[in-house]
Amino acid sequence: MATATHQNKTTPLTGRIVGFIDHLRINGYKVGTQESRIVVEHLGRRPPAALSHIRQELKILLACGKEEWQNFDDLFEAYWQTSGRRRDMAQKTASPDIRKPPKQTPIWQNHFDDGTSGSGKDTPQIETEAGKDVSGEATGRLVAANTSVLQKTDLKNIVDPDEIRAAEALALRLASAMRYRLSRRHQPSRHGSRIDLRRTIRAALPCGGEPIDLYRRCVPHRPVHILLFLDVSGSMKHYSRFFLQFAKGMVCSWIHTDAYIFHTRLIRVTDAVRDKNSARAMTRLALMAEGFGGGTRLGDSLATFNRHYAKRAVNSRTVAIIVSDGYDTGTPENLASELARMKKRVRKLVWLNPLLGWQNYQPVTAAMQAAQPHIDHFAAANTLESVAQLEPHLAAM
Amino acid sequence: MTMNTDITSSLSAIGYLADPQLAVALQLALDLQRPLLLEGEAGVGKTETAKALAQVLGTNLIRLQCYEGLDSTAAIYEWNYQKQLLAIRAREHDAVSAESIEKHIFSEDFLLKRPLLEAISQEQSPVLLIDEIDRADEEFEAYLLEILSEFQISIPELGTVHATAKPQVILTSNGTRELSDALRRRCLYTYVEFPDHKRELDIVLARLPGIERELANQLTGFVQQLRKEDLEKKPGIAETLDWAAAITGLGITALSDDLDKVTASLICLLKTEPDIKSVTREVVSRLAGKAA
Repeated sequence: MATATHQNKTTPLTGRIVGFIDHLRINGYKVGTQESRIVVEHLGRRPPAALSHIRQELKILLACGKEEWQNFDDLFEAYWQTSGRRRDMAQKTASPDIRKPPKQTPIWQNHFDDGTSGSGKDTPQIETEAGKDVSGEATGRLVAANTSVLQKTDLKNIVDPDEIRAAEALALRLASAMRYRLSRRHQPSRHGSRIDLRRTIRAALPCGGEPIDLYRRCVPHRPVHILLFLDVSGSMKHYSRFFLQFAKGMVCSWIHTDAYIFHTRLIRVTDAVRDKNSARAMTRLALMAEGFGGGTRLGDSLATFNRHYAKRAVNSRTVAIIVSDGYDTGTPENLASELARMKKRVRKLVWLNPLLGWQNYQPVTAAMQAAQPHIDHFAAANTLESVAQLEPHLAAM
Repeated sequence: MTMNTDITSSLSAIGYLADPQLAVALQLALDLQRPLLLEGEAGVGKTETAKALAQVLGTNLIRLQCYEGLDSTAAIYEWNYQKQLLAIRAREHDAVSAESIEKHIFSEDFLLKRPLLEAISQEQSPVLLIDEIDRADEEFEAYLLEILSEFQISIPELGTVHATAKPQVILTSNGTRELSDALRRRCLYTYVEFPDHKRELDIVLARLPGIERELANQLTGFVQQLRKEDLEKKPGIAETLDWAAAITGLGITALSDDLDKVTASLICLLKTEPDIKSVTREVVSRLAGKAA
């Protein structure tokens, strides 16, 4: 095999294939050197075949997931059918098919930077708007919170790094409050309820089969699974920065969390906020957040979730947290039916409404009225303190 | 190329009409001796693929159905403790050394082989179907990694068992849980879609030889349209076959003839209450019109 590989290395085709694999990696595929070797060896061993057949084979060898499976053909065409270009084309990301922009602007840092951001042309709308509102007219609407105490600062005013850190710590605390659920699997334990026959008999051997020490097994705790839905529409723009940070805190901690943002449509952002390369992560988030600050279609967004993500993302240990003010441009009936559908799948449904902390606010919008029968816990979320008050409720679930 | 057409034709010879992409995947998996991960919605025929492959290769199919809480004792091996205890008791008064007893009770006679160990200790290489791997938990995936890459199982009391013949592994997943990258990387991947109209028609004709071609055409067209509707659970191929059998059993010769009966028979295709409610007689007549 090694000699075959060596011979192949000299052919131009091998170079092109390695270039193609590079092209896939740039587009988020996880292809190791071992896979590249297998592909090159495989193609070197077989007689030449039709391009469509080779495409099918490469697809099977290199894609590993539904999304990759579905965008493989595009990437394949983008690479192999722009003739005359060499592999550095892929690195320069000149192909129209590469979805990440070449320049990775550090957008996330600016998110909390007191509105000095938003100078770049392709930065998302939220930053400029958010910046304006923090200093501008929006502060006048602060009602429930006491500005002198950090924990009681209305979340829309949080820009300080310390407070952001507090937000992340809070996310972690909330996550750990909901940490455990029961499992049917058994694991060794000193005070378990069942006897571990295997280990007991193994230990009994030196005593001639007399089980003197009893080993036990117990049911371990299973971590709960959290789904976070963030409303990033116009009416929520003061809060969405904080809750994005909150989502980052939850997703990056050890707990199993899936984060979604929605405005007029729903986008899964788990991978984007989890990405360790923060510049790249935030570029992706910025692209996803196109339409940030627009209207809200709660029902349709949840329908997207129920239809496309729910099967994979939900299990019996799932708690769904929806963060929204309930100002919805869709029909309340639609919202209610989608919530009911979701309620069937998840263990608990929590709705956090930042407006609930405001004085004189009553959740009377049609959407909120329609949603309330399906919600297990409805709480304010306009200050860090109010979010922290969730902890005992979540722990009780 | 020739090999590929071979597998397609030998699969169709036993009544399994494979999607061309899937046939390529099976051929690659056989050529490269790598596990094949099939993902797709329930009912697209993933499990059936493994059965057909075993039949084509003329080997055993060993099936491991995954479930939450599946662990090594149910999937790999387990010692027969009761038998071991009996053996210890029976020899208590013989003049045998403790070592020889130990050696005796940890021999293969006392080993209960579960599917994974069974699969690697076969004479002729079998097809190992690990069904619905997404239902098993993450810990179990870690066990699988060793077996899938090395084809060996270490049993502390016996030593490492090497595969006598490498099994051809097929994993299926419904996507209820994201699988680990490590597992995905060890497998070839194929996403199985619902068959298109022509292939589904061929499947129905192959499986139900008695059905009239025109009716089968209408039925499959109807199911194809139905899958485009907003349903909680889309009907799979097995459901289509059930329904086709039901329709012929009811003596219906064209879908538009007796819409009430057709609507009633939809219980073969629709498996949740909201779905049944949403597909009313009017919807049936619309879909039947499109299909005809």
